[in-house]
Amino acid sequence: MKLTLPALLAPDRQADRVVPPSGFTAQLTSFTAGAMAFLAVFALALSLASGRLAERWASALAGTATIRISAPPEQLDTQVATVLALLSTTPGVASARALDTAEQRALLEPWFGPDLPVDALPLPRLIEMTEASPGYDSQGLRLRLSAEAPGAVLDDHTRWRRPMAQAAERLRLLGGLSLLLIAGATAAMITLAANAALSANLPVIRVLRLVGAKDAYIVRAFVRRFTLRALTGAGIGTLIAMIGVALLPRADEAGAFLTGLGFQGLGWLLPVLLPPLTALVAFAATRYAAFRTLKGLT
Amino acid sequence: MGGLQVIAFENVGFNYGGGELLSDVTLRLAPGSFHFLTGPSGAGKSTFLKLAYAELRPTAGRVSIFDRDARMMTRDDVAMSRRRIGVVHQDCQFLDHLPLATNVTLPLTVANRTGDAQDLTALLDWVGLGKLADALPPSLSGGERQRAALARAIIMSPDVILADEPTGNLDWEMSLRLLTLLVELSRMGKTILVATHDMNLIRQAKSQLAARVLRIQNRRIQLAGADL
Ligand SMILES: Nc1ncnc2c1ncn2[C@@H]1O[C@H](COP(=O)(O)OP(=O)(O)O)[C@@H](O)[C@H]1O
Ligand SMILES: [Mg+2]
Repeated sequence: MKLTLPALLAPDRQADRVVPPSGFTAQLTSFTAGAMAFLAVFALALSLASGRLAERWASALAGTATIRISAPPEQLDTQVATVLALLSTTPGVASARALDTAEQRALLEPWFGPDLPVDALPLPRLIEMTEASPGYDSQGLRLRLSAEAPGAVLDDHTRWRRPMAQAAERLRLLGGLSLLLIAGATAAMITLAANAALSANLPVIRVLRLVGAKDAYIVRAFVRRFTLRALTGAGIGTLIAMIGVALLPRADEAGAFLTGLGFQGLGWLLPVLLPPLTALVAFAATRYAAFRTLKGLT
Repeated sequence: MGGLQVIAFENVGFNYGGGELLSDVTLRLAPGSFHFLTGPSGAGKSTFLKLAYAELRPTAGRVSIFDRDARMMTRDDVAMSRRRIGVVHQDCQFLDHLPLATNVTLPLTVANRTGDAQDLTALLDWVGLGKLADALPPSLSGGERQRAALARAIIMSPDVILADEPTGNLDWEMSLRLLTLLVELSRMGKTILVATHDMNLIRQAKSQLAARVLRIQNRRIQLAGADL
């Protein structure tokens, strides 16, 4: 008699019935599997969301920077030209261009309305630069700017994002680690429940041995029961958690981190893997516990 | 049946950790033989039977079960040998949550031979439990349990039947009935060993068939005289 997962799931009412139903450990196993699957869904969502965030911020790091030039009006054009020339020879800068008045107006419009007389105001000029990869040396660029165009300030707005991207990366790792811990705790709890069921049923096991049952047969009766309970419990836990995640308020693209917590596209398929994985953990844990108990019996 | 003996003890010694309980026991159960095993309570009758169905392994000497050294048998080998040895336990244990009929067919169930259970009704009638097929074991009397245990022991049509004080808690009438069943099984060619300290039962049996009587005395097993 092979003890494989597919063989386990084939209905075998006879083998099921030889072990008496054990209400308490049954409920304990289902509850544990359900609670752990519930937590695992959120750990998974956290891990996926922070992964997306880390990616977005990391790509923003390789994105753009702005150079702002404030100077007396007569020097403005010269300095813009100087900076553009300087950038064209700076390694790590893919492209640079000065924003024209229309673009500047568009940038300011949200704050000052459409009628802003941009030309009449002593506004700084903006140069938008795109970073190549590998990026430029921002420290070196600052030094050269201050030497050649004193009115130019490098607004390296990606700077503050770097620790955020690292934090998101770290959060993704922690989410993964949580998943591992949840799997470990599930295995431990199910092993405990299986051991309790095995000790409670020692007389049954003795009778089965006496009438010629092989270890695999006895193990199967227990393993099958715990695997199916874990599968059911985890299924319910996963379902509830997924509904919870789906009902989280959602913000648009620019959405803050918390509202980005959820699954996207194929990501919804990942939590569906949790019940079979929990069943697999229960299968391995119960099988281990059962064979160990039997080895101690004649 | 292959060898000249189904179960053989050669210079077997056994102790549970204290002093030796059985010493230098040499004995062969030939196919079709009928043995009684007697001795005072605590002499080691149950221990001897457990050695014979590999629940215990000898601490000295060698026990062969169907010509295989018990000490060399794997757990699966032991399980397979139990399908050829029907055991009637001293304290008959059943699965209390399952009806009598299911308990009696349990050896077939665990051997995946449930298809062979057609004769169940006949068997239950034979041991006088035909009307109790659906009863749960805890509701059975001592005598009913003993007969159910016998039915379970023989449902696989084993070569050997080992019975440990099968009449221990039965009245005389019920004991005779059980003996009749054992005698019938013996006539079918089964090898039978019955541990008992019921001398009346042994006398009754010897009037019906040729049974050898073994006695455990001073840790050894001797053939008892005819003058029981
Ligand atoms: N599992 C055990 N561990 C230690 N001692 C045991 C064990 N089983 C039986 N004994 C002891 O071995 C002796 C023989 O027991 P047993 O074989 O049951 O005798 P009998 O069946 O002849 O009454 C008794 O003294 C008993 O206390
Ligand atoms: Mg005894």
